[in-house]
Amino acid sequence: MSLLTLDRLDVRHGLLKAVREVSCDIADGEILALVGANGAGKSTLLRAIAGAHLPAAGRIVFDGVDVTTMRAHNRVALGIALVPEGRRLFTTMTVEENLAVACASGRPGRWSIDTVMTLFPMLRARRKARAGNLSGGERQAVAIGRALVTNPRLILLDEVSLGLAPLVVEGLYRSLHSLFEGGATLVLVEQDLNRVLGVASRVVCMLEGRIVLDGRAGELTRDQIIKAYFGLRRGSGRDDKVQGQP
Amino acid sequence: MNIINLLTQGVLLGGYYALVACGLSLMFGVMRIINLAHGDFAVLGAFLAWTVSDAADISPFLALVAVLPIMAVFGWLVQRGMLERSLRAGMLVPLLSTFGLAIVVENLLFEAYGADTRSLAPMIGDLSFGSWAITDQFNIGYLAALIFALAVLLLGGLSLFLKHTPLGRAIRATAEDADTAELVGINSRAVYGIAAGISVATVALAGTLLAMRATFDPYSGPMQLIFAFESVVIGGIGSLWGTLLGGIILGMAQSIGAQFDPRWFLLTGHLVFLAILAARLLAGQVGARGGLRTSLGIDA
Amino acid sequence: MSGRSDVAVERWTRASIVSGFVVAVVIVGLTLVPLAAGANVIDKLTTLFVYIILAAMWNALAGYAGLVSVGQQAFFGIGAYFAIQFSVHGVPAYPSLVLGAVAGAALAAPISYFMLRLHGGEFSIGMWVVAEALHLMVNQDKLVQGETGTSMIALNAYSHAERLAYNYWLALGTTVVLLGAVFVLLRSPLGASVQAIRDDEDAAASLGVRVLAAKRTIFILAAFGCAMAGVVWLSTSVTFQPKTNFGVQWTAYMILMALVGGLGTFEGPILGAVIFFIVQDQLGETGVWYLAGLGAAAILFALFLPRGLWGEIEGRFGIRLMPVGYRLRLHDVVTAPKGD
Repeated sequence: MSLLTLDRLDVRHGLLKAVREVSCDIADGEILALVGANGAGKSTLLRAIAGAHLPAAGRIVFDGVDVTTMRAHNRVALGIALVPEGRRLFTTMTVEENLAVACASGRPGRWSIDTVMTLFPMLRARRKARAGNLSGGERQAVAIGRALVTNPRLILLDEVSLGLAPLVVEGLYRSLHSLFEGGATLVLVEQDLNRVLGVASRVVCMLEGRIVLDGRAGELTRDQIIKAYFGLRRGSGRDDKVQGQP
Repeated sequence: MNIINLLTQGVLLGGYYALVACGLSLMFGVMRIINLAHGDFAVLGAFLAWTVSDAADISPFLALVAVLPIMAVFGWLVQRGMLERSLRAGMLVPLLSTFGLAIVVENLLFEAYGADTRSLAPMIGDLSFGSWAITDQFNIGYLAALIFALAVLLLGGLSLFLKHTPLGRAIRATAEDADTAELVGINSRAVYGIAAGISVATVALAGTLLAMRATFDPYSGPMQLIFAFESVVIGGIGSLWGTLLGGIILGMAQSIGAQFDPRWFLLTGHLVFLAILAARLLAGQVGARGGLRTSLGIDA
Repeated sequence: MSGRSDVAVERWTRASIVSGFVVAVVIVGLTLVPLAAGANVIDKLTTLFVYIILAAMWNALAGYAGLVSVGQQAFFGIGAYFAIQFSVHGVPAYPSLVLGAVAGAALAAPISYFMLRLHGGEFSIGMWVVAEALHLMVNQDKLVQGETGTSMIALNAYSHAERLAYNYWLALGTTVVLLGAVFVLLRSPLGASVQAIRDDEDAAASLGVRVLAAKRTIFILAAFGCAMAGVVWLSTSVTFQPKTNFGVQWTAYMILMALVGGLGTFEGPILGAVIFFIVQDQLGETGVWYLAGLGAAAILFALFLPRGLWGEIEGRFGIRLMPVGYRLRLHDVVTAPKGD
């Protein structure tokens, strides 16, 4: 049974239709790479799944529960966590407070402030520092940690490498290794195709709000992905889809 | 000695102003709403205390046990019922709706209680006029000292609450970024409701104390709002304690002005407020925006 | 729009040309009223004009410049005060009134320098403090004797009928001039700036819109308008009582009229003023329930009908009487009005 089902989702961003007729099933344990050019609708889709955006049409079913109109904080209690684009830390609060505030949702599991600090050792030294004073990499670690501490079943990561130096991203992905290996269900939005293809089990490509490519990571060629990314052969749209998307 | 007496009275008055102001500051810091009915809620609290005191024949202090929770719930209801809608509708709507609310409250109070000015002073006996005579020119009123002590306690308590409790952290997180707070599991609407409840409860306390140290009537509200606002803007320099400092400066300015001419009490306060506002604007701060937001420890 | 032949940009539509003509006729008609009508009608119309001025001015501030002022009574009162000062120093009655308003507007310039740097609720209450401060300062003047007030004695030189007529024409003239000024403003580049500011101030600034200058213009205009309303009020009541003239109820009325009529529209404040006038005329003496009702109306409109009555009408039916916006004609199909 799939953990997350999206059924003909339409999401508006202001007056713009950012997500059009998106349907997708995500199984437990999958690591899904969500790629596409800027403005393709990836962030909006993640935010809709997390509950920050209400869809205009369609359904979202998580673990058998219809969460389409459920408020975000209730979805966290069910086990959906979003690491938002741009981190969005509480800059006036310390690292420890940022993590503590997310703990309050109270889901049981292996993640706590302590285990997050073990995952990201550089945070231990900085636990009393104000989040606004951290470096980019540290902030991203806190943002990921904040999501982890809610012990989610589905983790949505939006552009975690954005604005970070390659070495830092390297370090981050190494830390996340345990997440990848440990059977968590992840949806990763990344600009760095190489990086994300290295860890993903499945690739979904979006273009102008629609899914134009959806396949197992091992079976798709880079060429296919790039063509879908840029929308080449757009006139014959249906050819681009590997697995029969409606 | 007269000067010391004067300044002391000003400082003690500042304690009262801080009490009225801290709810306004909290609501603005968390929700970015200026509640134009804030002062009227203080008066509502005072009338409620008067009614309970009168009906049950108990001291107003004891009446607070009933008044504070009732007003807290009232604040919660106003937030969930009215302000929540206003929040999403842009900047104009909260101001217009709270202004309308102020008018409704004032006139309903008038309808219920009439135009007579009242006071709770008769119900607290010696406390309202007794004082410690430090010297024959310098004395400190019991009530004034009590109010100041309560202000310090409340501000201290609130600070600690915001800093060290899970709910306090949730409030600070929601104040900074309600959207993201929701994404980490915080029920932002509930947080807003609680912040509003705290805000209205504190201003009801202030109103009750106002009723003890002075008189009040259904239309006393706007003046309290203005005092609260002036205190916050004058002192808006970092934490809730800034509100106390602002209140003290306002109280001292008013007391000093009154020394020259009793009619100048209010005017001096307003002029000092405007002067400080002008000075801060000229010194390059972006508007006085810092005033209300930073008093909660939130960067503007 | 770029030279496409199937698109035409128009400012005047059929409806607005007809309206323009009607307005001209109405103005001429109104001017002739004192020659024919009874004292009661003249007096009531004068009051109506004052309401229209106030509503239009508050609408200009809040609906166009995004400035919610809870202190416009500052100018309503100070204009009257200055008028009395001019009169006491020998200037004839009616010129004193106008000069008083001008002085009030002049005061608005330095006030705006500080106040306009405030935002949102801080500006609102800040203006209220300014009003209170002015009120208290005026009280200090021996001429005014605290809350006792004084009168504009020079007005008594005219007969009752003369005063009625002159007040009426002053009020009518002011209304026409001010509404005309707002109309011209909206059609000018400043009008477009103001729309932009109202919609998104930061974006407007980044496009080079001189935000502060635009706001200041409207602030001073509104100050002048409120001051004129104040001096007209003085001329009808003859007495000047600080508590009345500086009372916050004027702002309450302004808010209600503009909100109910339609913030951000040209016709809205006029509609709001007319409605308020009728309601006030019929129910004004019924006391606190009436006032509480006004407050409740403000809340309901703010929450549920923020566009006001005219805004709703405009939105639903696409009617725009006064040509303050642009219309795009595509082929032969008229689209919804663009801009305000």
